[in-house]
Amino acid sequence: MSRKLPILLFTLTMILVLAACGSNTGTTGSGSTTGTTGEASTGTELSGSVLAVGSTALQPLVDQVAQKFMADSKYANVSVQVQGGGSGTGLTQVSEGQANIGNSDVFAEEKLDADKAKELVDHQVAVVAIATVANEAAGVTNLTKQQLVDIFTGKVKNWKDVGGKDQAIVIVNRPSSSGTRATYEKFALGQKVEDLAGSIQEDSSGTVKKLVTETPGAIGYLALSYLDDSLKAIQYDGVDASVENVESGKYPVWAYEHMYTKGEPDAATKALLDYMLTDEVQNGDVKDLGYISISGMQVKRDVEGKITK
Amino acid sequence: MEQSNTTPREARRRAWPMEKHRVEDWIGRIYTSICVVFLIAVIISIVYFVTSKGVATFAVNGVSLKEFFLGTNWNPQADTPSFGALPFITGSFMVTLLAALIASPLSISAALFMTEIVPSFGKRILQPAIELLSGIPSVVYGFIGLSVIVPFLREHVGGQGIGIGAGALVLSIMILPTITSVAADALASLPRGLREASYALGATRWQTIYRVVLPTVMPALLTGIVLGMARAFGEALAVQMVIGNSPHIPTSLLESASTLTSVITLGMGNTAMGSIQNNALWSMALVLMLMTFVFVLIIRLLERRNRL
Repeated sequence: MSRKLPILLFTLTMILVLAACGSNTGTTGSGSTTGTTGEASTGTELSGSVLAVGSTALQPLVDQVAQKFMADSKYANVSVQVQGGGSGTGLTQVSEGQANIGNSDVFAEEKLDADKAKELVDHQVAVVAIATVANEAAGVTNLTKQQLVDIFTGKVKNWKDVGGKDQAIVIVNRPSSSGTRATYEKFALGQKVEDLAGSIQEDSSGTVKKLVTETPGAIGYLALSYLDDSLKAIQYDGVDASVENVESGKYPVWAYEHMYTKGEPDAATKALLDYMLTDEVQNGDVKDLGYISISGMQVKRDVEGKITK
Repeated sequence: MEQSNTTPREARRRAWPMEKHRVEDWIGRIYTSICVVFLIAVIISIVYFVTSKGVATFAVNGVSLKEFFLGTNWNPQADTPSFGALPFITGSFMVTLLAALIASPLSISAALFMTEIVPSFGKRILQPAIELLSGIPSVVYGFIGLSVIVPFLREHVGGQGIGIGAGALVLSIMILPTITSVAADALASLPRGLREASYALGATRWQTIYRVVLPTVMPALLTGIVLGMARAFGEALAVQMVIGNSPHIPTSLLESASTLTSVITLGMGNTAMGSIQNNALWSMALVLMLMTFVFVLIIRLLERRNRL
């Protein structure tokens, strides 16, 4: 008995562990439907739980709106949880049914396989504009698209070649998987660029800001909300990176913030998504946190990047 | 009655469920067994998970082992992606070895000072102070590195400040307490007679330390250094903040570079599970895990030598 016991327990635990692994997707899948069933049984009263996972760039907005949403007496029985983890994590989890909402900086088609992306429904809730920033020592206020391409491909290594001071260029880039970088490459540079030897890569906007502000000759890119007096945006082809120019479509370096659901959302999730698009949120929280309101956009853009008025 | 006829052994067996200390014995035994089995199950699950994910890069996605371990071009998002992880592997080893080179002499000297030179002061004040260092979260080290060490290097040494040099400096401070504690414990556990015999032969304190104490505790010192290296090798956050994360083998200590851990933390959240980019990161996690096993193995071997 004493010799068999550990073996017995071991098998038991392994079975438990494996069972937990297997049922993982199943239970969470049913979890997402509780919102609908709960709502159906009580009639008007909305209840359920919503889990939103993904993009850290979108997280502060969703977090703040979720707090207000839950404080609203109409939605008192709905609990919303917001988690970070990155766009890739958000899309994966919503696609596998582990989360109700997948927050993403990029279109699902750019991260997931085509057939997986097809199952997801896109809800665009805000716009983020990205501005080129450079250290003071650079001495430039405007860069053309071609100059930016030359800088990020390493053709130009000194600011004096693009009309600035005699100062070596230090590139502060994002990791190649970053959504911000994908947006910047697509709309500011128009091409993918390789990581150059000696270039710096940081994922967090705070660190990028710190490094560009402090490192002589550094160039990087940040969401508009991160700009202040210590770090000024550089004009792109003579256009200021401003909210008005993004809304009118003059400034091209921007991207939607997406909240993806798998298929049509259940009642509780839909209530949250609708709440995100109310004027109160779009003109309040969205603007307060430095995003651009989706309702103010005069142009639209599709997955391929085609712009329509 | 029947009872009077039973043998003592049978009586004991009948009374078994009643005996309290026996029951306690069994509860304790079952409880600890469950804990051990749970631990083993967790370890096996993690090893299995990381291995299956890490091997998928080669088995499913068809990246060649040669490209992964010897390729220097890391460009997973390109139209023709390449997965050379050599820059990260060399980066990890470089920061780890440099950090150990910086930290070891400092830690061993500190341990000698605490145990041989001023034992009372060292025991009461220095040891707790150094142990306090190990309790500081790594993000704090990273932030100090980014705010103090990087600007200092940039202004006084040159380059971007960021890079292997800054990473090694931050890590060396982080592993200082690990090496110091192990070394101090080993030194303190030496039999008194060893030192007294040396002094009795007319050796000075320096001669005693250099010729008697250090050679005797050498395996333990090495254990401490390897433990420190294991910690440095696996550290992600602090290194990622100061190393620059460029996927290239740097030509100087002051040039942006990457480690296995830094590229994993940068890319894991941004890539979708199951994609080839994500699998490549798991392969690096597998390399990290295997390296940790090697470190543990080395420590085991050193301990065995220590016992002899």
